[in-house]
Amino acid sequence: MSSKNMFTSSVGKKLVMAFTGIFLILFLIVHAGLNACIWANDEGLMFNKAAHFMGSFVVPRVLEIGLFVGIILHIVQGYMLTLENRSKRSVGYAVNYAKGSKWYSRSMALLGTLLLMFLVMHIYHFWTPSRLGGMAGIKSLTVFDKNGVEYHNLYAEMKLVFENVFVVILYVLACGSLAYHLAHGFQSAFKTIGIHNKRYHALISTIGYGFAILIPLAFAMMPISFYFNLVK
Amino acid sequence: MSHNNMNLKLKVWRQKNANTTGAFVKYDVNDISDEMSFLEMLDVLNEKLIVTGEEPIAFDHDCREGICGMCSLYIDGKPHGPWQANTTCQLHMRAFKDGDTITIEPWRSNAFPIVKDLTVDRGAFDRIIQAGGYVSVNTGNAVDGNSLPINKDDADASFAAAMCIGCGACVAACKNSSAMLFLSAKVSHLALLPQGEPERKSRVLNMVAQMDKEGFGSCTNTGACEAACPKEISIANIARLNKEYLRAGLTAE
Amino acid sequence: MLNSKIPAGKLEEKWVDYKGHCKLVNPANKRKMEVIVVGTGLAGASAAASLGELGYKVKAFCFQDSPRRAHSIAAQGGINAAKNYQNDGDSVFRLFYDTIKGGDYRAREANVHRLAEVSGNIIDQCVAQGVPFAREYGGLLSNRSFGGTQVQRTFYAAGQTGQQLLIGAYQALERQVALGNVTMHSRHEMLDVVKIDGKAKGIIARNLITGELEKHFGYAVLLCTGGYGNVFYLSTNAMGSNVTAAWKAHKQGAYFANPCFTQIHPTCIPVSGDHQSKLTLMSESLRNDGRIWVPKNLDEKRKANEIPEEDRDYFLERRYPAFGNLVPRDVASRAAKERCDAGHGVGTSKQAVYLDYAAAIERYGKIEVSKQGLSNVSTEEITAMGKEVVKEKYGNLFNMYAKITGENPYEVPMRIYPAVHYTMGGLWVDYELQTNVPGLYALGEANFSDHGANRLGASALMQGLADGYFVIPYTLGNNLADEIYNTPIPTSHPAFEAAEKAVAERIQTLKNINGKQSVESFHKRLGKIIWNECGMSRSEAGLKKAIADVQALKKEFWSDVRIPGEINEYNPELDKANRVADFIELGELMCVDALNRNESCGGHFREEYQTPDGEALRDDENFMYVAAWETTGEHQWQLHKEELKYEVIKPSQRNYK
Ligand SMILES: Cc1cc2nc3c(=O)[nH]c(=O)nc-3n(C[C@H](O)[C@H](O)[C@H](O)COP(=O)(O)OP(=O)(O)OC[C@H]3O[C@@H](n4cnc5c(N)ncnc54)[C@H](O)[C@@H]3O)c2cc1C
Ligand code: SF4
Ligand code: FES
Repeated sequence: MSSKNMFTSSVGKKLVMAFTGIFLILFLIVHAGLNACIWANDEGLMFNKAAHFMGSFVVPRVLEIGLFVGIILHIVQGYMLTLENRSKRSVGYAVNYAKGSKWYSRSMALLGTLLLMFLVMHIYHFWTPSRLGGMAGIKSLTVFDKNGVEYHNLYAEMKLVFENVFVVILYVLACGSLAYHLAHGFQSAFKTIGIHNKRYHALISTIGYGFAILIPLAFAMMPISFYFNLVK
Repeated sequence: MSHNNMNLKLKVWRQKNANTTGAFVKYDVNDISDEMSFLEMLDVLNEKLIVTGEEPIAFDHDCREGICGMCSLYIDGKPHGPWQANTTCQLHMRAFKDGDTITIEPWRSNAFPIVKDLTVDRGAFDRIIQAGGYVSVNTGNAVDGNSLPINKDDADASFAAAMCIGCGACVAACKNSSAMLFLSAKVSHLALLPQGEPERKSRVLNMVAQMDKEGFGSCTNTGACEAACPKEISIANIARLNKEYLRAGLTAE
Repeated sequence: MLNSKIPAGKLEEKWVDYKGHCKLVNPANKRKMEVIVVGTGLAGASAAASLGELGYKVKAFCFQDSPRRAHSIAAQGGINAAKNYQNDGDSVFRLFYDTIKGGDYRAREANVHRLAEVSGNIIDQCVAQGVPFAREYGGLLSNRSFGGTQVQRTFYAAGQTGQQLLIGAYQALERQVALGNVTMHSRHEMLDVVKIDGKAKGIIARNLITGELEKHFGYAVLLCTGGYGNVFYLSTNAMGSNVTAAWKAHKQGAYFANPCFTQIHPTCIPVSGDHQSKLTLMSESLRNDGRIWVPKNLDEKRKANEIPEEDRDYFLERRYPAFGNLVPRDVASRAAKERCDAGHGVGTSKQAVYLDYAAAIERYGKIEVSKQGLSNVSTEEITAMGKEVVKEKYGNLFNMYAKITGENPYEVPMRIYPAVHYTMGGLWVDYELQTNVPGLYALGEANFSDHGANRLGASALMQGLADGYFVIPYTLGNNLADEIYNTPIPTSHPAFEAAEKAVAERIQTLKNINGKQSVESFHKRLGKIIWNECGMSRSEAGLKKAIADVQALKKEFWSDVRIPGEINEYNPELDKANRVADFIELGELMCVDALNRNESCGGHFREEYQTPDGEALRDDENFMYVAAWETTGEHQWQLHKEELKYEVIKPSQRNYK
């Protein structure tokens, strides 16, 4: 075997999952960091500025393309792997082996599917209007800062979207899926790229669980904050 | 010492050969002593079947002391039955109680086709070893055993990986039918020793390629293999294999 | 008549000389020569791999699903080698001497010396293959001591030495498979040797999955099929271990040597009931720290821990004050049996003695206390510390005991009893490991060669690997050099056809009996006969009775055995029937041999021949020979004697008092 098919073997495919996964984890940090600006309590000014920065500069735009490629790879590869892995056992067991592993580590595809469904909704809610314009139902698409620079008013969009209690619930549930997806995915990704040293691995597991709780919690708090008018 | 005798119901997978479909068959076994091993309980049932003119249940076994790796059986939803770090042949009937129904299935994986009843073909494991699970040293080539000191921790870690008995419980336990625990045990055993160094890269690449060819799934790090492994082979070995693979893949010509 | 082909010259130069002068086969010819290796244990796997490396076309066979599962995998303790890494005075000569003495002077000097000579190479070879032997902190190989020696020469890998060595040999074998030099036939059972013009030229093997018979040609046939301890039904051998291959060779004219020399290991987990299918060994190392005792009172009702010191009989310490609990295996086993026969046995079956760790736990606890400089420590704390130490040393064995018996050996004494463990007897072979049938070789436990009447611990692994890695590559070449002019024989040759037909007919006959009793039940009955009369102690009357009983059993077997299933399918019952049929015949020969040997030596103890205080009494005058038996008809054998000449060592009585 040569390095040519390095990423197409069973281990290679997992490497792709791990690298894209880690990339998405990094994105989550950025995304959560940016969104945390809503809690600045400045009517979304800081948040809108940050969002504008991401939308109008080259580097983040390029990264955004990477992000889409990463997400798509992660999704497609994930589904392919799942289907492939399932095909390896044509006759299943009458009694499943449930004790040996965590349910969420066996349910990454299901959790991922939930996240994908969420993603479609999420893109429809925020990304399409902000990038392609056309925020339905919002009177003023743009806001101006003191200096008269024009921004998309994503903040207003959020406010609007999160008025709907069902949307809020869906978002919170999605954050739950994300939490479990990360609880397994985070440390799994690092195992897949070869962290075997027990100490490092223990460290990564701890960070992973922390991450899996904190990040989704932060995200979940956003719709809740809007819904209960905790941000101004 | 207690001598509790019990009556049990068994649900056993029966399948004539690889080309037929199988089904569960129910049996009653009575008066089973809790001092018996699980396989001895099956012996008792088989003796009964033979005398009544039925075909005995086929299952693999040989050493009956937990080292040859021949025994298998997926018992009540766990490879090698309910005890931890244990092989089926060392499972004793103390683990069960009077009136229990026990479901016995073969290892299930397309890479381990069924031979008959509970017996499967694990030849794929041998072929994976053939792909590189060795040090290429002909008889007579060796230098003095003490000419190359080996750090004790490395030697011990290598031994811990080399303890794998090739039973296939990891594959049976894995939802993906992945053979990565088995494979990684061999890769780690040899990667941790200086003797394994010269072939380190080709070994991991070739063995992974063979594993894929045999039709095992890929590892998603669920940890079921480690939990079922009778020799407690650590899943950290899989991560080590991944590192070896990445290193080899990136630096291969 | 029996030519052992021992090279002339001084003992220590024989092997060197042999290697220097033996004939060779050139590489081009090797590639044309097929060699059959039956068995893939340490002996078979190492032979197949080494011959493959040399360029021979090897066909290897084993009945398990993978060569890695041969019973060598179960060896626990270790492997001897005269490396003298410990600088404690070891040498090739000392290993040679210990092995001869341990075998009670019934082994061939030249073979044993060669074994000691190559022992060091084995360790080197295994290390090079990546066998993870135990090491010291400095990174060098570690050694432990073993029974019957005064030096530390045993190399080990925790309690799994056999496993690690076999995996090493197995990997070497699989490498040759990958290179195309060896073809592996797993789940195949050899059912006959094919002879053409008096020479072994192939085998008939049964594919155990399909039931088909196959004919395989080879310029030579190597039997590396292990020991026959399962003739006793209960033994520490694997369930599938059998004598069939060796027995078929015997039926084809190969002599069977010293069949009555069997080793009973003193420390095994006792039988718990009729359902018992096999026995589990508890490593010899346990006797280093444990004390063995039985209650003094007959009919003792109290639990072990409630029996006070004055009511305990530490019988080994009493009888053998010098060696105490560390007397050799045969001596320890007999002493335990003697006590149980006298009614002092423990447990429900009364066929067990206690192996007690309480004293060791206390001793180690106290050592810990002083090591850590503690004072005012309660007894409980001392015990707890002691248990920790014992756990570190013997934890895996204690766990195994707990799993099997359900008792906690840290709290109550273990119950142990002797069990069949190894067979010193086997196919007679000459110095070149060739049987008296040209072209037919026997390696490893399957031959009789190196251990005399009793094997020392950690030397079977050594012998298996010596035979396979370092002896057969030379001796086979020496003989095959004359065969290069003969073209391969097609398996359509009438001899192959006839052999195949005979095997098929036998299987059909077995199947057609369609009686009422299972194979297993016959095997159990055979085991009881042999264990009672040809086990730890034997007597003329008992052996005669056993012979009659076995003959009767044979008749019953061939008229009332029931084999379910079909011939042309995977049918473990049929496989078993084939094996048990051969065990029955072997059982008779064992008794014949034991009856013939009117002396006690090593593992063979004849009640008529003992010293006044019950020790084995050898008769060098009349029995310093290898008894090689030739089959001459049903229930008939002819004895051939190979006199043993001790040129270097002077035999003496063993004394452990
Ligand atoms: C529990 C236990 C512990 C031991 N511990 C030690 C120890 O610490 N140190 C030590 O030196 N020795 C020890 N021994 C002894 C030692 O393990 C054996 O003597 C040795 O391994 C035998 O090796 P072998 O290659 O001759 O045969 P085996 O390893 O028994 O191999 C036999 C092979 O022959 C094949 N075979 C048999 N019959 C047929 C047939 N008819 N057709 C095809 N194939 C066939 C089998 O498939 C197998 O591959 C121990 C033995 C036991 C039982
Ligand atoms: S890794 Fe464990 S479960 Fe898998 S084959 Fe080896 S011993 Fe069996
Ligand atoms: S029968 Fe050998 S491990 Fe179970």
